[in-house]
Amino acid sequence: MTLKATLIAGLAAASVIASAGLGLAQEEKKNPVVEARQSLMHLYAFNLGLLGGMAKGEIEYDAEAAGAAASNLAALAATDQTRIWAEGTDNATLGDSTEALPAIWENSDDFAAKRTALVEASATMADAAGGGLEGLRGAMGALGGACGGCHKAYRK
Amino acid sequence: MRRLFRILFFLIVVGAGAFWVLSRPETLPTDAMAGLTADPGHGETVFWAGGCASCHAAPGAQGDDRLVLAGGYRIESPFGTFVAPNISPSEAGIGNWSAEDLANALIRGVSPGGEHYYPALPYTTYAHMTLQDVADLKAFMDTLPASDTANQPHELSFPFTVRRGLGLWKRLYLTEDWVLPAQTPEIERGRYLVEALGHCAECHTPRNQFGGLDKTRWLQGAPNPSGKGQIPGIAPGKLDWTAEDIAYYLESGFTPDFDSAGGEMADVVSNMAHLTPEDRAAIAIYIKAVPEAK
Repeated sequence: MTLKATLIAGLAAASVIASAGLGLAQEEKKNPVVEARQSLMHLYAFNLGLLGGMAKGEIEYDAEAAGAAASNLAALAATDQTRIWAEGTDNATLGDSTEALPAIWENSDDFAAKRTALVEASATMADAAGGGLEGLRGAMGALGGACGGCHKAYRK
Repeated sequence: MRRLFRILFFLIVVGAGAFWVLSRPETLPTDAMAGLTADPGHGETVFWAGGCASCHAAPGAQGDDRLVLAGGYRIESPFGTFVAPNISPSEAGIGNWSAEDLANALIRGVSPGGEHYYPALPYTTYAHMTLQDVADLKAFMDTLPASDTANQPHELSFPFTVRRGLGLWKRLYLTEDWVLPAQTPEIERGRYLVEALGHCAECHTPRNQFGGLDKTRWLQGAPNPSGKGQIPGIAPGKLDWTAEDIAYYLESGFTPDFDSAGGEMADVVSNMAHLTPEDRAAIAIYIKAVPEAK
């Protein structure tokens, strides 16, 4: 083998390795839709955390803070989510980076109904949370039911 | 040579006879339920705590539809797929069963026809139920809507198609002994709710190769019998939630991080939400009293 041939072979090998590495790096980067969706879920949980903490008695009830968290939650739930549930972002297509089941897109009417249940339960909470701990506790059940109803059917 | 055949024949006859005796379905005494007055109101608590709707409501049923016990839920396992039957009060269901029939099914795992049930019906748990609770449960179930959905056969392969063999399995794994000692009345109530009704251990405790629960690793988590994924451990050392966290999770479905229950636990939560706060607290106290996972 001449020096030139060795160099070419070496470069070819290096580029194969490099592009394989690049491919791996790209795979590790999350799909932006999945990232946005999980961020939205975290924002739900962040606001729910305050309301739930008060319902459990771990955080002292504060009407203003509870009302603010509840209206945040209602606003988040009511945002247009067309792009955040884009087709092709299920766990069968994207693997373990998401827990969203393909059934979401197979039963879009039912999924929409479950989404409506969340919008309604969070609106009820927004009305109730600032008006006293009893009302907040009462609204928590339907909210939990809305979250669980969807997770049961559509999350891995 | 003839003598050898004779001995062999003798051994086969003795073996078959022993199998026949040891694998015999054993029912309760016929007067076991005599003198019990059923309270359907309390039966409703037994119903939700026992999680009947999780398997016997039609798959995907929500809200009041979970009270229509039409069956059809598929339990995948290494032994094959079990399909939950109709247990609504109808001809197709268990409408003509007596309370004794239900007690034999739940406590002894024996059908009214005298056959063994597969332990997909968690009778190794329900064996700990009081007969009063069975009577109450039957009275409540009689008030539920009837469904005429026909039962579907289980999808099993030989030798699991031979129900008689379950008689031997029951000798190994069907016991009325409790796993945990009851140190306080609250733990005792929690123990009844977990070990006799809630059947938490059926999924959260690992099984040996014969499908019996490994009680030395009580509630320490197990592979999902469907083959997909892992069911988390809930014994101390595996789950670091407080008793309040556990009770609130069972009420609302919210974890301490305010994620919410998915999968089959979402069904469990919708059952547990029907219990009193005291009962959910008792379950939580029991879970915290389980021996720590190493």
